[in-house]
Amino acid sequence: MRIGVLGLQGAVSEHLASLRKAMKALGLKGEAVWVSRRKDLEGLEGLILPGGESTTIGRLMVSTGLFEEVREEARGGLPVMGTCAGLILLAKEGDEEVRRTGQPLLGLMDMKVVRNAFGRQRESFEAEVRVEGLRGGPFRGVFIRAPAVERVWGEARALAEVEGRIVGVRQGKLLALSFHPELTEDTRMHEYFLELCRGGPGASP
Amino acid sequence: MEGGRKLFGTERLKRGFASMCKGGVIMDVTNPEQARIAEEAGAVAVMALEAVPADLRRAGGVARMADPARIKEIMDAVSIPVMAKCRIGHFAEAQVLEALGVDMIDESEVLTPADEECHVDKRKFRVPFVCGARDLGEALRRIHEGAAMIRTKGEAGTGNIVEAVRHIRLTLRQIEELKKLNRKGLEEKAREYRVPVELVREVARLGRLPVVWFCAGGIATPADASLVMQFGVDGVFVGSGIFKSSDPPRMARAIVEATRHYDDPEAVLRASWNLPSPMRGTDLRALKPEELLHTRGV
Repeated sequence: MRIGVLGLQGAVSEHLASLRKAMKALGLKGEAVWVSRRKDLEGLEGLILPGGESTTIGRLMVSTGLFEEVREEARGGLPVMGTCAGLILLAKEGDEEVRRTGQPLLGLMDMKVVRNAFGRQRESFEAEVRVEGLRGGPFRGVFIRAPAVERVWGEARALAEVEGRIVGVRQGKLLALSFHPELTEDTRMHEYFLELCRGGPGASP
Repeated sequence: MEGGRKLFGTERLKRGFASMCKGGVIMDVTNPEQARIAEEAGAVAVMALEAVPADLRRAGGVARMADPARIKEIMDAVSIPVMAKCRIGHFAEAQVLEALGVDMIDESEVLTPADEECHVDKRKFRVPFVCGARDLGEALRRIHEGAAMIRTKGEAGTGNIVEAVRHIRLTLRQIEELKKLNRKGLEEKAREYRVPVELVREVARLGRLPVVWFCAGGIATPADASLVMQFGVDGVFVGSGIFKSSDPPRMARAIVEATRHYDDPEAVLRASWNLPSPMRGTDLRALKPEELLHTRGV
């Protein structure tokens, strides 16, 4: 299988490394590839939108033409996992900050996001997070100037919360996380996504 | 579905913040308007200053941390991270910046050093630090002190890339040399660099610095950004190069595009096309030794 990581800006190599480890853990044959041009999307069975600066990634997606292309592919059923900035990009609605910066949103998931929901870098934190449907106990959540989801509707379902705020959402084959699984050694979130890409157990909402 | 106890200021959170800047451009700004231009152009962060290095250089005298009120105006104006500079070794300035809530502190040779013996003990802080380094030894000493990100020093405020290129080449060469050393050789290097041998071993194993490495000092054009990215740095700081050019928004956008598409000459060509005139720049040979900034704080 071939899984891509949108490589315009941010923590790209970390996701590639986590994907390779997760594939190995699941005994899957496959490759994890860097996506920075439209042609890199060909033949992908899944795509990760990494963390970074959402305004930067959004603008570069527009200038490279990847914005329209990724939206079309995802609407056509391509599984997508967004972490941190990636979560913002997946949302249908953003808060005032998102609107002020003219942040382009892919609008794929029925949720409203709040940028920097927990504060600035000084308030960035690590905490154990219980993720619904994830086997093996809580996941170490690394939250860096993290966004949160204010509310979900329609097909979207909250999978995880911290201090009463939604930090994980699933909608069909789309998965959005406020935290950074790629910054930990634990590959269970990536395995979860790979299972979803294979249409395996738990792939339906 | 409840989160447990929260941990703050861990090494992972500090280095993770730096990772989120990779592939991006961090721009020097001196007021909210410039900060918004930088954000609009796609900067991953801004460095809040009272004067860009080119003006600090011209002004002379003692250069200090910016007025917190000016930094706060910039923090309030944008949603991207805001960094600010403290003097080398001036941990009280660093404490003030942390109390203010800046997202990263640059312990910078661009300001007048406060301590000729010691740098700030960065492990005591919750906020991450970036530090300048001209070679591997300096980089590792700063990482050992707790820096979450390393940047070249270059020669700030000159619009001249030559010094940054020298620092990149030297650091890369020294990493290559480490990879060839045996156990004993690595121990000797650790002593020479005055850092624990584990850190030297880690670099030899990774074949790169264990933290994010940016280029700073002298970037003035999209092609400059492409040049240093091709050498293998993770991103760029642009100081005077943007707001000393004749059309900052265009120059800012062009450098963001060239940093992303650094390995695509067609894209760098488009970014370079018919640009506003870059800052004038300085030949480093015209500077007196006491005017050089990169020799501060080794």
